[in-house]
Amino acid sequence: MKLKIGDLEKLRDKVKRTAEVREGKYRAKITVHMGTCGIAAGARDVMAALMDDIERKKIKDVIITTSGCAGLCSREPMVTVEVVGKPPVKYVDLTAEKIKKIVNSHIEKGVIVKECALAIGSERTH
Amino acid sequence: MILQDLSLHILDIAENSTAAQATRIEIMIDENIRKNRLLFRIRDNGRGMTKQAQIRALDPFYTTKKVRRVGLGLPMLAQAAREAGGRLTIRSRPGSGTSITARFVFDHIDRKPIGNMAETIINLVAGHGRNIDFLYKHRKNDLSYIFDTRIIKRSLRDVPITDPEVLIFLKKEIIKGQKALEKRRKK
Repeated sequence: MKLKIGDLEKLRDKVKRTAEVREGKYRAKITVHMGTCGIAAGARDVMAALMDDIERKKIKDVIITTSGCAGLCSREPMVTVEVVGKPPVKYVDLTAEKIKKIVNSHIEKGVIVKECALAIGSERTH
Repeated sequence: MILQDLSLHILDIAENSTAAQATRIEIMIDENIRKNRLLFRIRDNGRGMTKQAQIRALDPFYTTKKVRRVGLGLPMLAQAAREAGGRLTIRSRPGSGTSITARFVFDHIDRKPIGNMAETIINLVAGHGRNIDFLYKHRKNDLSYIFDTRIIKRSLRDVPITDPEVLIFLKKEIIKGQKALEKRRKK
């Protein structure tokens, strides 16, 4: 029932190289909004699917994190994808299936999944 | 909007702790079938709350957030506890952290199931594991399971605990630990 330290150290040696790449120069950051509204709408499942996908596909240069409510509770679960050097994209009304599509298209091919995006590009008033 | 199970409530309440600048969060679950009682406690070393803030925290139309005007997390948990013959207690002082305890009658028909604690813990570690340590203690009758990120980090050394490969490994470990809790003691 106890976690074996030996297993952890084996894992550490295995992960060390990829972790260095990820920490050093990540290409994209994915933030899952984890406020009460997000959690109630299924953000935890979206997070689980995202993590499984990144691990399964051995994508080494993407980091995953969480944040609070972004103020658009009715469109949760929401995820923000920030590809370095590009404007951030907010995806809304997500499911485990949709997040996999986003990894496949936006993360792997650089193509934004328009039907899930809230808005693309930065706001301009002029 | 409703949180389906207790593990989602726990994730939600622990997210509050992360927002209160906690560096250590303890999540304790105690299932005591003999006493027909289920209890969980989330304790942090964050900035704490005044007496007044504790009362307001249970008011759904009070929130410290700037992005919306309702805060439903604690009121919903208080309701879930009340509906299952229990109650919610807040213990807190400014500067010395907050402890939230929810009690339930174990076999109450309206008591929500515990749900997926492995997902909850891994979610918290994924989002905050760099800066915050988590201790998860789950007791079921005479058996208990302990997950402590401080110990894990010592073995991982320079590999961050938030690495997806590490998290997937840890999730499996928690699931194993929970299965062991289901075992009956040999007589």
